[in-house]
Amino acid sequence: MVSLFSLVKVCLVDGTSTILKDITVEIPDRGISVIVGPSGSGKSTMLRTLNALERPTSGSISFRGERFESLDVRQLRRRVGMVFQRPTVFDGTSGENLLVADPTLDRAGLITALERVGLPPELLDRDARQLSGGEAQRLCLARTLVTEPEVILMDEPTSALDAESMHLIEHLAQEIAESGVRILWVTHDRAQVKRLATWIGRIEGGVLVDSGPASAVGHAHGDDGMWRTVDSAEGTEG
Amino acid sequence: MNSDIGFYGMAGSALLVLVAIGISVWQGLGLERPLVVASLRAAAQLLAVGSLLSILLDKDTPLVFAFGWLVIMLVFAVWTARNRASEVPGIVPLALVSFGAATIVSLGLLFGLGVYPLNATTLIPLGGMVMGNSISATVLVARRVIDEFTDKRDEVEARLALGQSGREAARPYLRSAIRTALIPQIETTKAVGIVFLPGAMVGLILGGVDPIDAVRVQAAVMYMILGSVATTTTVIALGLGRQLITSDLRLLRLSRAR
Repeated sequence: MVSLFSLVKVCLVDGTSTILKDITVEIPDRGISVIVGPSGSGKSTMLRTLNALERPTSGSISFRGERFESLDVRQLRRRVGMVFQRPTVFDGTSGENLLVADPTLDRAGLITALERVGLPPELLDRDARQLSGGEAQRLCLARTLVTEPEVILMDEPTSALDAESMHLIEHLAQEIAESGVRILWVTHDRAQVKRLATWIGRIEGGVLVDSGPASAVGHAHGDDGMWRTVDSAEGTEG
Repeated sequence: MNSDIGFYGMAGSALLVLVAIGISVWQGLGLERPLVVASLRAAAQLLAVGSLLSILLDKDTPLVFAFGWLVIMLVFAVWTARNRASEVPGIVPLALVSFGAATIVSLGLLFGLGVYPLNATTLIPLGGMVMGNSISATVLVARRVIDEFTDKRDEVEARLALGQSGREAARPYLRSAIRTALIPQIETTKAVGIVFLPGAMVGLILGGVDPIDAVRVQAAVMYMILGSVATTTTVIALGLGRQLITSDLRLLRLSRAR
């Protein structure tokens, strides 16, 4: 079976610091895959390379068997959507935010897009900057979904939200995964990994130290060993 | 009023520099030496330029020398912009293109429409005004663009991540930077005549020209400056926007403008 993403010896050097070191991994084409690691481990950078917002210094990346170099970057980004750590809304109403992703949407399409993430239609004409953090992040997810991506990269999407909003976003991610859109989620939250992951990649100091099905990765290291470094990063970004 | 104040008059006006020096001494500002140097340097520069201009503006001097002077002013303007906004990537080619475009558009229209006759007496001062105002506008808009792309980095990347082109992703932030850079010029244009009397008009009135004639000249100059500043800011902003987003649609890492 072709992997969702295939990374071969991916390195990323920024000035004098090496952010990613020789990462080779096959991320499976199913469910919710989670990249986990402490602050500054390179997990967010790795995610950004998969949306081509960062370019590896060396190595190669393939998406569903197609090398990145052979793909048009704009087409790739429509297929590989991304939701960022902080809710990133644009000036204008919620509806105008959705139209940035798809200017052809009519009002019915906009309402459907909001409802898909559990937002009420009356938010359509609301200034997006007036939304709560949880609502804004769901709007960002809706905005990404209207591009009809095959996979959504989620870069610690709940770290800036309260518990209730976090569970809402997690629930949405699970629904989206069940609908056939793959999710690749980055976090440092141990409990979140347990709740979401069908596959885990563990990254430390820019090196992928372990990867595999969630159950297998947990067993191989014992629960404590698996989480020691991850716990040390609670409350910080990667 | 006699417009020729003579060297005696010029020296007399320098007494006002002594006032500034007196304030510096009184308040312990330590600016006496810079004040003296700046005043002497200004006098020397103006005398040198005046001597050169008296040759260039001579009826017998071919117009090509005036164009040559325009090129020298262009180079100096680019050099000044580079020094004032060295943190802006590619500032030299950007300033060169924008100043060139502003000069061609503004002077081309004024001379093309016959607002002013094309000769050294009109070409040099008008060209100087276009470039002088373009320097400030260039520095302002370039810094605004850098600030916008730094402050709104998340937004620009979110737009790129949605599959927008570089131009589409940059447009809202370039528009904001251009607006910010143009507003002071619009405000200055609105306040002219009420809050302050601009330099060209003051110079003409002091030179004994009828105020209504001076106003006509000033209006043409103001419109020229407005047009050239708009041209400069737009060329700089669009050019910078293209540089900050790579050909493979990534936003460059930026250090904030000082």
